[in-house]
Amino acid sequence: MLFAIGLAGALVRRNAIMVLISIELMLNAANLNFIAFWRYGAHPEALTGMMFAIFSIAVAAAEAAVGLGLVIAIYRHANTTDLDEMNRMKG
Amino acid sequence: MIDQADQVFVLLQHWLVSFLPAGLQQFAAVLLSVIAIVCVFPGLFALTTVFERKGLARIQNRIGPNRVGPLGILQPIADGIKSLTKEDVVPTSANAGVHFLAPLGLVVAVFMGFAVLPMGRNMVLVDMDCGLLFFFAMSASTEVSVFMAGWSSRNKYSLLGAMRAVAQMISYEVVLLLSSVSVVMIGGSLSLTKIVAAQDQYTGIFPHWYIFTPWGLAGFIMYAIAATAETNRSPFDLPEGESELVAGYHTEYSGFKFALFFLGEYLAMFSISGLGATLFLGGWSAPLSILNWVPSWIWFFSKLMLSIFVFIWMRGTLPRLRQDQLMNFAWKFVLPLTLLNLMVTALWRFMGEGIARWIVCSAILLVAYVVMGRVEMKSEHFGPRSYRYAD
Amino acid sequence: MTPVFYILAALTLAGGLATVMLRPLVHAALAVTVAFGGLALLYLSLDAQFAGFAQILVYIGAVAILVVFAILLTRGSDLPREGVFSPAWLSGLVLAAAIFSVLAWAVLRSANSLPQQMAVPQVTVHDIGIALVGRYVLPLEIVALLLTAATIGAVIVAMHEKGGAQ
Repeated sequence: MLFAIGLAGALVRRNAIMVLISIELMLNAANLNFIAFWRYGAHPEALTGMMFAIFSIAVAAAEAAVGLGLVIAIYRHANTTDLDEMNRMKG
Repeated sequence: MIDQADQVFVLLQHWLVSFLPAGLQQFAAVLLSVIAIVCVFPGLFALTTVFERKGLARIQNRIGPNRVGPLGILQPIADGIKSLTKEDVVPTSANAGVHFLAPLGLVVAVFMGFAVLPMGRNMVLVDMDCGLLFFFAMSASTEVSVFMAGWSSRNKYSLLGAMRAVAQMISYEVVLLLSSVSVVMIGGSLSLTKIVAAQDQYTGIFPHWYIFTPWGLAGFIMYAIAATAETNRSPFDLPEGESELVAGYHTEYSGFKFALFFLGEYLAMFSISGLGATLFLGGWSAPLSILNWVPSWIWFFSKLMLSIFVFIWMRGTLPRLRQDQLMNFAWKFVLPLTLLNLMVTALWRFMGEGIARWIVCSAILLVAYVVMGRVEMKSEHFGPRSYRYAD
Repeated sequence: MTPVFYILAALTLAGGLATVMLRPLVHAALAVTVAFGGLALLYLSLDAQFAGFAQILVYIGAVAILVVFAILLTRGSDLPREGVFSPAWLSGLVLAAAIFSVLAWAVLRSANSLPQQMAVPQVTVHDIGIALVGRYVLPLEIVALLLTAATIGAVIVAMHEKGGAQ
């Protein structure tokens, strides 16, 4: 359900940063699924779910950093973070 | 008898809890420990405020507060009454909810950090398997409340102070983590009780504290630098320097909320010194094996107060670092040394016992320190001073 | 499903909803921090202690602050003129609802086929460490490389253009 909320947020909000925050929410929801199914599923001693969740936390942090850097660079260029106004590829 | 003096708090707790039915006993035991922590550390905080003001005063060649009580000991009571009865000013354009929650978030996060510190033999509130990680998670949460405080005041100076404080805290957080990782490598566990137990051994009369090893000494120095920067203490206290940005991110706070920020900062100082004592100075173990008869909690608290004394001493003597100098220092000087320290720790572990590893590791660290100092910290070359006199 | 789970789940969902619905951007950032905290507590209730504390340390301690810095550097706190929801919001909501129903159906279907009573896995950090350098050493190295690349990339992307791309 958290995933659906994040997805709605990503599709509906205009501000670029808002979209990135919603993407983080989606990633977190997927993580929660991993841990929950690891705990209640088969073979919990194989640690697969927990490992995947930990790696996913690390990757999400990296992706948030790069994404926010991109948003800052675009803001510097176009002076707005409104996604509906950025509908041309040629700057 | 000695053993009883050492375990006096644990025995007291067991005795008090035995009055209750069996179902409530564990809950009551934890509750008692929590109450003890909540009473002891703010009490220490009150004592430290007097200690600090008189210490700073003596360093600055004046006498500190000496009116309230003999030698000014009761000063914190006066301070407490003052801050509780001051009018609670909230700016009209401020975000009232966030403004209210920020100091709460700070104090809660800092108090949680105390839960994993082993203050004596068998005297930990929660013996978690990843206690160190929990501690660092709590100190990371304090940054968010610092930002909340600065932003909710709708004041450009507060915001600027908050951004600077947060930038400083996240830079030095990395250094803090890395210097603790070398201890974890040798101690073999993230659990703080196991790290202290690993340091509780003696060769002859000298203890196996990690500070007495070359990588431990370097790690401790870097941990101490990072600890002063994490808690925004001098010489890194630009975010709250009184002559810089009014009062930084707590400009708009008055009365009780300001007292909460103050409490939070000092408690953070206590908990980080407590962690430093646990990781490097051997926690509750005695410095010489012949001194084992002194109760373990006395050793822990004396190491804590020694670290606080060093903090106060540094505040009185060192000048403040500018923001860019501070960040420069963190990223270009301390961080590479910390990474090198990590590798030296690994080398230490795999070299086996003997004098060789002492010499090799110390040599590597000393050379690196000197080289880094020459290479990274060269500033603008100052020539000989030339004076122009007014004619 | 214990009451603790319901409380934590409600907290997390409330945080998530507040994130996408609040107009001022900084409030949304604080709400997502609450959501992260709720998730960390959920991980702890699922006996995944390392993941829970790593979540607090990384997400609340770093990602939330990163987001806040980005908001302040792009002056997103001024509300835009035409409102914060894009004109195509209805189709976005419909799509999200459709995906939610598919996911819920999949989860509920598979939950019925799980073994009922499993022993609680006692995962110590020691086990995680051994797994990281034993079975999962390749992902570890790749993630390290990825983080290095991401750090360098983020710095380059966000650096002031010195007359390069203009």
